[in-house]
Amino acid sequence: MRRYAALRLAQAAGVLWAAYTVSFLVLDLLPGDPVSAMAGQGADQAGIDPAQIARLKSQYGFDEPVPVQYAHHLGRALRGDLGDSVSAGRPVTSVIGEALPSTLQLVVAGLALAVLLGGGLALAATYTSRRWLRQLLLSLPPLGVSVPAFWAGLMLVEVFSFRARLLPAFGNGGPRGLILPAVTLAIPTGAVVAQVLAKSLLTTLDEPYVQTARAKGAGRPRIHLRHALRNASLPALTVVGVLVGQLMANSVVTETVFSRNGLGRVTAAAVTAQDIPLVQGVVVFGALVFVLVNLAVDLLCPLLDPRIAAAGGRRWSPA
Amino acid sequence: MSSTLDALGVLDAADGPGVPEPAARRRAGAARTVRFLLRRPGLVLSVLVLAAVALASFWPGLFTSRDPLTGVPSQAFRAPGAAHWFGTDELGRDLYARVVHGAALSLKATLIAVAVSFAAGGLIGLLAGFAGRWIDDVLMRCVDVLLSIPALFLSLALVTALGYGTVKVAVAVGVASVATFARVMRSEVLRVRQAVFVEAARSCGTRWYAVLGRHVLPNAIGPVLVLATLDFGTAVLAVSSLSFLGYGAAPPAPEWGTLISDGRNYLANAWWMTALPGLTIAATVLATNRIARALDGERGRR
Repeated sequence: MRRYAALRLAQAAGVLWAAYTVSFLVLDLLPGDPVSAMAGQGADQAGIDPAQIARLKSQYGFDEPVPVQYAHHLGRALRGDLGDSVSAGRPVTSVIGEALPSTLQLVVAGLALAVLLGGGLALAATYTSRRWLRQLLLSLPPLGVSVPAFWAGLMLVEVFSFRARLLPAFGNGGPRGLILPAVTLAIPTGAVVAQVLAKSLLTTLDEPYVQTARAKGAGRPRIHLRHALRNASLPALTVVGVLVGQLMANSVVTETVFSRNGLGRVTAAAVTAQDIPLVQGVVVFGALVFVLVNLAVDLLCPLLDPRIAAAGGRRWSPA
Repeated sequence: MSSTLDALGVLDAADGPGVPEPAARRRAGAARTVRFLLRRPGLVLSVLVLAAVALASFWPGLFTSRDPLTGVPSQAFRAPGAAHWFGTDELGRDLYARVVHGAALSLKATLIAVAVSFAAGGLIGLLAGFAGRWIDDVLMRCVDVLLSIPALFLSLALVTALGYGTVKVAVAVGVASVATFARVMRSEVLRVRQAVFVEAARSCGTRWYAVLGRHVLPNAIGPVLVLATLDFGTAVLAVSSLSFLGYGAAPPAPEWGTLISDGRNYLANAWWMTALPGLTIAATVLATNRIARALDGERGRR
C-alpha cells in the first residue's frame, strides 16, 4: 500500500509539472505580449513612451529568451509564486485565493448534488421492476448531457426567479443564492454519474455473487445497496476526478450566468484582458485540483477493492 | 468491440458455401435495416434533425426567406406565433431566421473542432500504438497531461493565445479533445496489431506502411469514428459555451451561443430569445448522441 501511494504521488507531481509546461508553451505562442496589450488599454498605444514599455517588459521578464523565461518562471512556481496578474497588478496566487472560496462552495455543492441526484437516479432506475419507469429514468441522463449548461441555468432563472419569484437570480446572496447555480452545475455532471453508475450496476447485478446472495435469501434492498452498490461504485468513483475538473471549468460559465463572483468570473475576465499569468495560474490550478482529486480517488479505491493495491499497476493502463 | 466490427461488416467477411446469393442477401439486409429503424423512431428522428441542421447550414434559404441581420423596429419583442415562429428580438429581427442562419457558423466551428481532434488525436494514437516502445511512452505521457487540464480551461488558454473568432474558438475546442482521440486510437491499434492477419501480413514480407494502411487502420478506425460522432455533440456544446462567453463570432453574426447570450439581457420579458436557440442546440446534441449510440453497437448487438 505504501509503495502504491508513493508511486501515485510521484506521478501526480510529474503531471503537475507537465501541465505547467504545457500552459507555458501554449500561452507563449501568443503573437502580442501582454505588456503591449496593457499599454494599449485606456490610452492610445502611440502616446506611450517606448522606453516605459521596454521597462515594463523587463520588469515582467518578457524581453528574455524563452528557455530562460521558462526556467525563471518554473523556479518561481516551485516556490509557490505564479507571477503577477497583469490586469490586477497583484500576485496571481492571491487573486486566485481570493476568488476561490466562493467557487469552492459552488463546486462542492454542485458535486454533492450531482452525486446525490445522479446516484439516486441510477439506483432507482436499476431497482424498479416497472419497465416504463426504468425506461423513463434511464432516458433522463442522455438529456442532461445534451443540454448546454449555461442555457439550463438561464432557464432555471426564468422559471424560479422571474416567474415563480422563489429564488434570487443573481449575486452571492447566501445559501439561497447558491441553489440555482449548484443545480445548474449538477445537471451535466449528475447525468454522467447516473450513466456510469447505472451501467455498472446493471452489469454487477448479473454477477454470480449477486445470485448467491439472492439464493441465500437476502432481500432486494440489501442486495442492491450492500452487495451490488459497493462494487458498482468503483467506475463511478474513478470518473469523479474528471468530473471535478469539469465542474471547475463549468463554474466559468455558471458564474457568468448568475453574476456570481469567483474563480470562473476571474478566468473569463482574464481571458478577455489577455492576462497571461492569471490564465496560466488558473490552468495550473485546474490541473492541481484534478491531480489532487485523482490522488484521493486512487487512494480511496483500494479501500473499496483491495485487489487494486495488490496489483499496484497503472490505473490508466492501456485498454 | 466485436459489435462494432460486426456493424462495419468486418465479421461478415467469412463467406462459405451454403451462403445465399448476394442479391438475396442484400434484400434481406435491407429489410432488416428497415425493421431495425422502424423499431427505433427516436433514431430516425435524430437523423432527420441532423439532416435539417446540415441543410440549414448550407442552404438556409430552404427554411426561411427572411434576412437574419435586418429587423423591423416596430416588430421588436414579438412572441412566437404564425408570423414569427421563434418570435423577434430587440431590433425586430426574426429569431427563426437567425437560428437557421446561425447553423452555418455553429456547424462550421463544430466540424473544424472535430476535424482537428480527429486528425491530431488519431495520428498521435496511431503513431503511439504502432511504433510502441519509447515513442509510445512519451506520446502517452503527453496525452495524460492534456487530460489532466479540464477541457474548458485548456480551450480558454488557447483562446487567450490565439484570439477571438469562430475558427480560433473551433481550433481551441478541437485541441482540448485531442487526448481522448489519441487514447481510443492507440488502444484500437494495439488490439488490431495483435490480430493473426496482421502477423500473417508481416510474415509475408509486407512493408510496414502497407500493414498500417491496409490492415491495421481500416480495422482500428471504427471506434474512433464512433467517438468522432460523440465528440460532435460535445463540440457543439463547447463551441456554444465559448461563444456564449463572448469569444466567438463578432456581434451581428447569429452564432447559436451568441444568440443565447444576447437573449440573456431580455430574459425577464422575452423568454423565447433564450429558450428557443438553446432548444435547437439541445436537439442537435441529443440527435448526435443518439446516432453515436446506434453506431456503437446497437446495430451490431441486434
